[in-house]
Amino acid sequence: MIDAIKGSLIIAGGLFMLLASLGILRLPDLLTRMHATTKAAALGVILVMLAVALHFGEVGVVARSFAIIIFILMTAPVAAHVIGRAGYFVGSKLWSGTVKDELRPNYDPLTHELKSGLETEANARRQPKENDPD
Amino acid sequence: METMILISQVLMGLALILAFVRLVRGPSLPDRVVALELFSTTIVGLVGVYAIKSDVPSFLDAAIVIALMAFLAAIGFARFLERGGPRDD
Repeated sequence: MIDAIKGSLIIAGGLFMLLASLGILRLPDLLTRMHATTKAAALGVILVMLAVALHFGEVGVVARSFAIIIFILMTAPVAAHVIGRAGYFVGSKLWSGTVKDELRPNYDPLTHELKSGLETEANARRQPKENDPD
Repeated sequence: METMILISQVLMGLALILAFVRLVRGPSLPDRVVALELFSTTIVGLVGVYAIKSDVPSFLDAAIVIALMAFLAAIGFARFLERGGPRDD
C-alpha cells in the first residue's frame, strides 16, 4: 500500500517537472516561462519529498524532508519575483499577444523611476494632513 | 517500486534535457537564469528519488544545500542584472 502511494507520488512529481520543462521550452516570453517553471517544479519537488518522508518514516528524515518542502515554498516565489523584476527592468520583450502591461505607463526605463499617478505637491513636501494619526 | 523509480528518473532526465535546450537557446540572460532555476529544482527532485532508491537518507542534506545554492544564485543573478541597466543581448 505504502509502496503504491510512494510510487504514484514520485511519478506525479516527475510528471510535474516534465510539465515545467515543457512550459519553459514552449511558452513565448520570460514571464510566462517563469509562471510555468516556478509553480510546477515546486509542486514536483514537494511530491517527491512527501514520497521520501513516507519511505523512511523516521523522525529525522521526515523533519528534513518537510524542511526542504517549506524552504522550497518560501524561496520559489521570492526568486521568481526577483528574476521577473530584473527581467522587466532589463527590458526583456513581452509576448506580442500580451493584453495588458500595467507597469508601462508608470515606469520610466531611462531614469528607472516608478510613479503611482497619485503624487501631489503636499505629499512630495511631506506636509501633515488633518486626518493623520499622531 | 524499482520500475516506478526508473520511470520517474527518466521523466526528470527528460525534464533536464528540455531545460538544457532552453538554456542553450534562451534569447536573453533572464531566460537562462530561469532555466538554471528549473535545473536546480529538478536536481533536488532527482536527489530525493535517489535517496529512496539507495535507502540512504543523508542525500537529503545534499538536496537542502542544492536548493539553498539555487536560491542564492537567483538572487545574485538578479542583482547583477539590475545593476547593468538596459541592455539587449
